[in-house]
Amino acid sequence: MASDAPDAPGDGATRLVLFLCLSLVVLTIAVAAATAIGDYNIAPRTVVLSVTNELGLTGADIAPIEQSVVWNLRLSRALVAALAGAGLAICGAILQALLRNALAEPFVLGVSAGASTGAVCVIVLGIGAGSLSLSLGAFAGAFAAFALVALLSNGATSGPNHTILAGVAASQLFNALTSYIVTTSGNAQQARDVMFWLLGSFGGVRWPDFQLLLAVVIGGLGVCIWMARSLDAFTFGDEDAAALGVPVARIRLVLFGVTALLTATIVSMVGAIGFVGLVVPHAARYVVGPLHLRLLPACAVVGAVFMVVADIAARVIATQQTVPIGVVTALVGVPFFAIILYRARPQA
Amino acid sequence: MSVVARNLTWGVPRKTIVSDVSLTAAPGETLGLIGPNGSGKSSLLRLLAGLKTPASGRVEINGQDIARVSRKALSRQVAFVQQNAATDTNVTVRDVVRLGRTPHRSALAGWSETDETAVAHALARVDMTSRRAQPWQTLSGGERQRVHIARALAQTPQVMFLDEPTNHLDIHHQIEILRMVRDLDLTSVIALHDLNLAAMFCDRIVVLESGTVRATGTPAAVLTRAILRDVFRVDAQVSGTPDAGRPHIRFSPE
Ligand SMILES: Nc1ncnc2c1ncn2[C@@H]1O[C@H](COP(=O)(O)OP(=O)(O)OP(=O)(O)O)[C@@H](O)[C@H]1O
Ligand SMILES: [Mg+2]
Repeated sequence: MASDAPDAPGDGATRLVLFLCLSLVVLTIAVAAATAIGDYNIAPRTVVLSVTNELGLTGADIAPIEQSVVWNLRLSRALVAALAGAGLAICGAILQALLRNALAEPFVLGVSAGASTGAVCVIVLGIGAGSLSLSLGAFAGAFAAFALVALLSNGATSGPNHTILAGVAASQLFNALTSYIVTTSGNAQQARDVMFWLLGSFGGVRWPDFQLLLAVVIGGLGVCIWMARSLDAFTFGDEDAAALGVPVARIRLVLFGVTALLTATIVSMVGAIGFVGLVVPHAARYVVGPLHLRLLPACAVVGAVFMVVADIAARVIATQQTVPIGVVTALVGVPFFAIILYRARPQA
Repeated sequence: MSVVARNLTWGVPRKTIVSDVSLTAAPGETLGLIGPNGSGKSSLLRLLAGLKTPASGRVEINGQDIARVSRKALSRQVAFVQQNAATDTNVTVRDVVRLGRTPHRSALAGWSETDETAVAHALARVDMTSRRAQPWQTLSGGERQRVHIARALAQTPQVMFLDEPTNHLDIHHQIEILRMVRDLDLTSVIALHDLNLAAMFCDRIVVLESGTVRATGTPAAVLTRAILRDVFRVDAQVSGTPDAGRPHIRFSPE
């Protein structure tokens, strides 16, 4: 626990800074590895020089094709993966705090499913066109899912478990809608593409995706950190938070909005990836403790590392074919989650 | 600071739970709130603390209508200790008491000397200093209750609302906590079930019955045989004690 330091609150902060620095180093290595590993491997030296060439720092003599693969395909992909992991982990931490439920995350609450339905409406039914309308469709879907969950769980007046049940219902509904739209669209190839995309894939992401996601993740993280103290006050429930001076309704509205925006942006780019939002906050809490001012940055870096590594694994497990990223996060996530549950069991 | 409730009414659809309640707590006064289960004590305290909005009537703290004060400004002056606080989060005692500083800190402000003093002082007041690193989950019921009272103290309030603060406490800590609340330089409204404790520590007592005020006054004026029989449905003997005419209640086993 971070706060078991006697009376020097600074100790926890030092530990956090150390942890963040270490994680950033690991993240850099992971991104470099993700850039080097692929259908054909590129030497680490070439990777580094390609990047410095593109940044105008060096003028090394690299085969243009390799430089292009590193910069245009793999680096953008690795960085989008990092941001997606960070974003989903933040969403998980926020939802777990606001709903006071260890199981809360965008995937479980049906927000990812809603975003998928929205995105599929755009792709298959051809409502609007272009990547902006895809994001808008996903955002509308994510919001519809949030609204449905809020409606089913009777605002926030019923208990935290009720919200999870509502989330389960919402994800069933939206997954059914997605399947219905895909299967009745009558285009087999398109249907297969969409299904693959739904399980998550970083193939096809490029620099513009990175820029959009960077803006959304940094903005979202900033808002969440600004509200971190208020999130801590939710520890003993909404009413207790209100008694501590937190404007509960406003905080919930803003943070649910941020969560929906982050989830929708990520889903519209790379599909619905589960388990990151669930596992990472628990792991991060284990290291830096439950206070959100520390937890949220920790979630962001751990989530980023997790997703980049998962993407490498997805490409390495089966060469030739790419395994959907959601499969990998679940394969890694479930055993990891079991360990956390086991270690966190109450000492009777 | 004074606490004044004027004709408070609150309910849920098809049921009025608090009905036309008016009461006054003078600055520095300890006001007891007694009544049978379901008589509306907790609901009334939530209304007084501004956690629920009355259907009609209003609450004034220090002469100011609390509906017009922001949540944050209000919680710098008013602390609320709820009846059954619970969490699944793995927080330590210190984390919980530190939450009491929330209304005094801006979004990203560091931990100040004042904050630290308030927390240390609050922990000492409830005898929990040596337990500050212990996980909240592993505390006993009474220890949790004391930690929550410490959190309210760390808020450095001028008004405190306590909902059955002596729940789960052993007799030593029951008396200790109530004595502390009485001796603190603040106005407090305390819901209590133990009538003898109410008689010992409250300056005045309000008796609630099905959401309405049945009686208000000093312990001696309110804790009469007739009221105990009518409101609490018990047969009891009330006798004065040597100290300052506080009544003592003896319940008959028959
Ligand atoms: N949100 C609600 N919906 C329906 N009924 C409610 C609600 N809140 C309170 N009540 C009812 O109002 C009555 C008063 O409740 P309250 O909790 O204020 O009683 P109390 O005096 O604190 O009781 P206790 O001594 O058991 O703590 C109870 O009958 C309770 O069932
Ligand atoms: Mg009660």
